[in-house]
Amino acid sequence: MSRHRAHFALSLLSLLAACLLQLMPLPDLLLPFRPYWLGLILIYWALEEPERVGLGRAFLLGLLGDLLQGDLLGDQALRLAALAFIVLRFRPRLRFFPMWQQSLAVFALLLNDRVLSLMERAFTAAPMPPVSFWYAPVAGMLAWPWVFLLLDDLRARLRVQDT
Amino acid sequence: MPLARTDTNPLFGVGATSTLRLVVYLALGVTLMVADYRGHYLARARQYAAVAIEPLYRIAAMPADAARNVRLAVADRQALTQENQRLREALLLTQARLNRLSAVAEQNTRLKELLEVQQSLGLGVQLAKLIDIVLDPYRQRITLDAGARQGVVVGQAVLDAYGVMGQISEVLPTTSTAVLITDASHAVPVVIERTGLRTIAYGSGSSDRLDVPNIPVSADIKAGDKLLTSGLGGSFPPGFPVGEIVSVAAEPSGMFAVAVARPAAALERSGEVLLLRPLVDPVGPPALTPEVGPPAPPPGELMNLPPASESTGGAAARPARGHPLSTGHPLSTGHPPITAVHVPMQSASPSPRARS
Repeated sequence: MSRHRAHFALSLLSLLAACLLQLMPLPDLLLPFRPYWLGLILIYWALEEPERVGLGRAFLLGLLGDLLQGDLLGDQALRLAALAFIVLRFRPRLRFFPMWQQSLAVFALLLNDRVLSLMERAFTAAPMPPVSFWYAPVAGMLAWPWVFLLLDDLRARLRVQDT
Repeated sequence: MPLARTDTNPLFGVGATSTLRLVVYLALGVTLMVADYRGHYLARARQYAAVAIEPLYRIAAMPADAARNVRLAVADRQALTQENQRLREALLLTQARLNRLSAVAEQNTRLKELLEVQQSLGLGVQLAKLIDIVLDPYRQRITLDAGARQGVVVGQAVLDAYGVMGQISEVLPTTSTAVLITDASHAVPVVIERTGLRTIAYGSGSSDRLDVPNIPVSADIKAGDKLLTSGLGGSFPPGFPVGEIVSVAAEPSGMFAVAVARPAAALERSGEVLLLRPLVDPVGPPALTPEVGPPAPPPGELMNLPPASESTGGAAARPARGHPLSTGHPLSTGHPPITAVHVPMQSASPSPRARS
């Protein structure tokens, strides 16, 4: 029971951290390189604990992200739901990839996310984004191993404490 | 066999169920987006939500704030010195500007006074600036920055906020020259405000002095009397202050009295002047109301000047009664010195009661 609670707390904390990182002001130069933290965290939890992450929760998380970032409501919700769907679908394969392949897969996922975003923009008649729009997936790919290792390590420690 | 285990997980159905749910969520997302984009129905909900998550923004901004503070704290000495230098320069510049501002404020009050004169006149006037001054015993001239192109013609009266300064004597395309009333060759027909006595004020060649010669010994005139333009001759409209009598003395021959007056206009100080538009028709002498006679000086003065008071004395003015000039006279065009209530015991400088 306490293990569940600890895990729940860890997932909540990681989500909170992702929100904060997503909102954190950065110098203009670094702004395009901000990884999509919410997406990364969602990918991690969808990979590791699929029984906790459903499409509904992904959708809710996306709504939260929309509120936080002041985007069009439903924008991130839709993208995160799609992201969660793909991860859950290919989870068995993704999970046992070596790290570099996993990173590439994450890059592909984030790129797909960007494409979805672009489609939404096209529907709202927003202008085409600049090239820097495409930097974020690269940054996400580079950030993925660290996120993965950090969260894995934290979970392992929790497990050790429990036993 | 992780693959098998996942596939049998009841929470996440494979294939159709999962895809169906995805479609449902995608549809929901699209609906939300359309609603938000089209109708802004969700704006209010977002407002409330934004209030709830505002602390998150604060926390998220903390690292950046901290970084800024740290940078400020470790800013090196040189940068601080440079900033100090820059601020010093800015301060100097600001002070210089401030000083200039006070000069501008002074000019502003002067212009406002001129403007009041202009409004109270109800006459066409034109503002001009002094660009040159000649003040010597033989020539008392000023040069103005308005000329024929601005509609200036010879003979226009030149005023400042306090009184008559002179008249235009020469007009060039963009400048004009005016003779001051203190020029030795200039004379203004004046009337003494208190008594209505008409006389002429001549320039003396000194910019703080007007001579009023040839006053009958019997005339009622004393220090402190105000001189106004009479309007005779047509050069100046009636009722403008010209000066104030400073002293009255007997001529050496004893036939006439000679008075010395101080010009009312700030001849040496004015920077801007008003040019009166030329009068359409020459203005005759002021029409005095019949009952106006030079009132006798009060009893105390009867002792000092018996001959003068006897000749003019009739209806002695009582202190409570206003001077006739102050009420229905055409001279009273709203100019302060004209509307001043007469006070019998006048001193060299106007008493506060006379002004009120």
